[in-house]
Amino acid sequence: MNAPLPSAVARASRQAEVLAALMPLLPKHALLWQTEDTVPYECDGLTAYRQLPLLVALPETETQVAAVLKACHALQVPVVARGAGTGLSGGAMPHPLGVTLSLAKFNKILQVDKLARTATVQCGVRNLAISEAAAPHGLYYAPDPSSQIACTIGGNVAENSGGVHCLKYGLTLHNVLRVRGLTVQGEPLEFGGTALDAPGLDLLALVVGSEGMLAVTLEVTVKLVPKPQLARCIMASFDDIRKAGDAVAAIIAAGIIPAGLEMMDKPMIAAVEDFVHAGYDLNAAAILLCESDGTPEEVAEEIDRMLDVLTGAGASRLEVSKDERQRLTFWSGRKNAFPASGRISPDYMCMDSTIPRKRLADILLAIAEMEVKYGLKCCNVFHAGDGNLHPLILFDANDPDQLRRCELFGAEILETSVAMGGTVTGEHGVGVEKLSSMCVQFSAEEREQMFAIKRAFDPAELLNPGKVIPTLQRCAEYGRMHVKKGWLAFPELERF
Amino acid sequence: MSLQDLVEQVRQARAAATPLTITGGGTKAFYGEAAEAGTDETRAQVMDTRVLAGIRSYEPSELVVTVGAGTPLAELEAALAEQGQCLAFEPPRFAAGGTVGGMVAAGLAGPARATAGSVRDHLLGATLLTGKAELLSFGGTVMKNVAGYDVSRVLAGSLGMLGVICEVSLKVLPVAAASVTLRMERAQAQALQALNEWGGQPLPLHASAWWDGLLVLRLSGAAAAVTAAQHKLGGEVVAADTAAQFWQGLRDHSDEFFAAAERAVRGGAVGLWRLSVPQTAPALALAGEQLLEWGGGQRWLCTPLAASTVREAAAAAGGHATLFRGNDKSAGVFTLLSPPLLRIHRELKAAFDPDRVFNRGRLVPGL
Repeated sequence: MNAPLPSAVARASRQAEVLAALMPLLPKHALLWQTEDTVPYECDGLTAYRQLPLLVALPETETQVAAVLKACHALQVPVVARGAGTGLSGGAMPHPLGVTLSLAKFNKILQVDKLARTATVQCGVRNLAISEAAAPHGLYYAPDPSSQIACTIGGNVAENSGGVHCLKYGLTLHNVLRVRGLTVQGEPLEFGGTALDAPGLDLLALVVGSEGMLAVTLEVTVKLVPKPQLARCIMASFDDIRKAGDAVAAIIAAGIIPAGLEMMDKPMIAAVEDFVHAGYDLNAAAILLCESDGTPEEVAEEIDRMLDVLTGAGASRLEVSKDERQRLTFWSGRKNAFPASGRISPDYMCMDSTIPRKRLADILLAIAEMEVKYGLKCCNVFHAGDGNLHPLILFDANDPDQLRRCELFGAEILETSVAMGGTVTGEHGVGVEKLSSMCVQFSAEEREQMFAIKRAFDPAELLNPGKVIPTLQRCAEYGRMHVKKGWLAFPELERF
Repeated sequence: MSLQDLVEQVRQARAAATPLTITGGGTKAFYGEAAEAGTDETRAQVMDTRVLAGIRSYEPSELVVTVGAGTPLAELEAALAEQGQCLAFEPPRFAAGGTVGGMVAAGLAGPARATAGSVRDHLLGATLLTGKAELLSFGGTVMKNVAGYDVSRVLAGSLGMLGVICEVSLKVLPVAAASVTLRMERAQAQALQALNEWGGQPLPLHASAWWDGLLVLRLSGAAAAVTAAQHKLGGEVVAADTAAQFWQGLRDHSDEFFAAAERAVRGGAVGLWRLSVPQTAPALALAGEQLLEWGGGQRWLCTPLAASTVREAAAAAGGHATLFRGNDKSAGVFTLLSPPLLRIHRELKAAFDPDRVFNRGRLVPGL
C-alpha cells in the first residue's frame, strides 16, 4: 500500500466515529467491527498481504449502499468495495482506516432476456450462475475465469477478468453492455447502456478494469452468446519448449482463432497429472490444449486444420477429444493447475504478465534461468493464445528468505515481460501486489495522468485508495533497488 | 514536421491560448458538434496529424498492428489484406484520405459491428499527446492487459477531446474463410424479430441490413458453417460481386439510401439521424426513411422531424440519437449526458487538457 499504518489509538477513535455514523444507516447485523468478525475480510485471494479493515459494512439495499457512501464521504473515510474476495492481486485488501463495503448480498439475477441475449444481474451474482441461468435458452456468458464458480460479476467488472476463451470471445470488457452504480458520493449513474453504444466518452471502458477505484458497481447487464453446439479439444505434446511456442504462432498465422489455446510446461504437467490423472504426457516438455467450437461441420473442419499445423510444428503426440467427457478431462488438469501446485508446495505465488506470443519460448527459458538464480522452482501455465503467462513460483512462506527470493523472482518475471513488449498484468489486476512493477511499465507522467483520472471520478481519492497506481515516492524507493529492465543498480555490490 | 513539432505546436498553442483543431484527412469533418472557432485574437489553428504516417510494426501471427495515427486508413487496410487479415469492425471510409487516427477518434464502425465488436474493442494501446504537451502511452500490443486504467480504449469516439492520438495498436483478425449474402423480403417488425431470434442461435451471422421491406444478411465463417446456415435461413443468394458492392456501399455511406439522405440534408430541411437502440427495440414509427443495421441496434433515419421528437423516440426505445448529418445543429448533435456523467467528462477534460487546447466543444458543448 502507499499509505503508512495508523497508531492503535488513532484507529480506535476513528472506528468509534465511523461506527456512530453508519449505525443508524444499517441493520445491526450488517456492520462488523470486532476483530474476530472482520478477520475473514483481511485479505482476498492474495493471502500474502493482509490488513484488518476499520469495519465491514454489508448493506442489503441500494439505498443503504448510497447512505454508507454518503456518510463515508462526509467523514472522508476510504471505502473498499468487495465481492467474493477471490481476486489474486490484493485489489480488495482492506484499508487500515477504511470501510470494507461487502456487496455479497446483492446476489439476484434480475432478468435473463432470451430474445435480446442479455442478462441483468446484481453485482454479487457469481460468474457461473449467469451461465447457469442462461443455459435453458441455449445461451451463456463467455468470460470464464478459473474462479468462475465463486467470483462475482462485480469483481469481474472491477478486474476486467479473462479466462481461457478470451482470444475468441473477448474479456469482460467485450461482454458487458452496461454498469449501473454509484459515485463515491453515493450518487447514481450508469455507464454504457442496453444499446451498443452510449453518448459521450466511452467511460464504460475506463470503469471496467478500474479495480473499484472509480465507482461502486451495483448492477451489470452482460451479453449472452449462443452456446456452441460442439467443442472439441486437441492435446498436443512437444519435446521442446520452443517448438510448442512456435506452434502457437503458427496456428494464429494460419488464420485460425481457437476457442482456447493453453500451454503447460513439464513441471506443471507433472504436478497436475499427479492430481487429476488426466492422462497427460509426462515425457513432454510442453503440452498445448487447442480447442475448437461451433457447429459440428465447423469444428470438424477446424480440428483438421489445427492438426495439420500442429503436425507441421513438430508435435510429438496428438490426441483429439472423442466426446465431451474426454474434453473435460483434457481441461481438468489445466483448470486445476493452482490447486495442483498447492499440493506440491506449502505456498506459491502466481504471476500474470502478458507478452507477445512470439516470445513464449524466450520467457520460459528466461524463467528457467531465474529458477537457478533465486533457488526456487516454478511451474508454468499459460493462456498461450493471448500470451498471458501464469508462472507459479513455489516457496515456503514460513521461511522469510524464501518469501523475499520469491518476490524478487516475481518482480524479475514482470520486468522481463515489460522488456519483451508485454505488460505486468494480463487479467489479475495490479491491486497491491504489482504496484511496484507499475513503476517499470509507466512513466511518472503516465502514472500522474492515472491519478488525475481517478480524481475526475473521485476527487478526494476515497474509493479503494492506494491500489493500482504507485505514488512517485514509492517508485523512487523501488527505483533505488532496481533500474528498468530487471537489472539491479550497482550489480557489483552485495545485497541482503 | 515530426512528432516533436506537434508537441511544440501544443506547447505554443497552450501558451498563446489558441485552440487547435485536430485533423487528418478531413473525411469526417461533418461529424460531431462544430468545434469552437475561438476569438479573433485566438483563432483556432489546424493541427494536421498526417505527419504521423506509417505502419510501425505488423506481425500477422501476433494479430496486432501498430500504426501512426496519420497513416491513411486505405494503406493500413491494404497491408492487412495482403496477409489475409482485416479490421473486423469495418470502419467507414466516407471519402478517400481518411486516417487511422480519425477512425479511432470518430469511433465509428461498419456493418459487422454487432457481431465483430467496435473500434474500442479492437484498440489495444495508444500514444496520446495531451493538452499539457505530454506524450503518454497506455495499453500496449498484447490482447490481455489490465495494468492501470484502460485509457487507450476511451480514445475511441473521443473526437479529440482528450488529446492528439499519435499512434495506436489495433487487434486485427483473419478474413473469414467463407462468406455468403442472402436477401429476403420482410416487413420491419418481422425482420427485427427474425434477427433477434437468429442472434440467439449458433449461426455465423456477420452483418445485417433492412431497408424498404428487404432484409439482407451476410454469413461469414468456416465454409461448412456458412453453407449449413445458408440452407437453414433460406432466402435468395446474392452474387458475390453485387454483395461486396452492397456491403461496401453501406459501410462507406455511398449506397442509394445514404446518397439520397446526403442530398436531402444538403437540400435543407431534413437531418440524417443515427439511432442507437437495443436490438430488440420495436420498429420505430417515425416519419421519414429508415435503414436498419446491426441486428436492429443501429437505425438510420432521414427525417424532417424535430430533434426533440427523434431523441424522445430513441430514449423511449432505451437508446440515444445522434444527428449524424444535418445543417441545423442548434439542438445539439449528441444526446445530453446525465449530470454526474457530464461532471466526470468535465473533470476528465481538465485532467487531460486543462486549457482546452483541443477540439473545443466537438464532442461535448463547452468542453
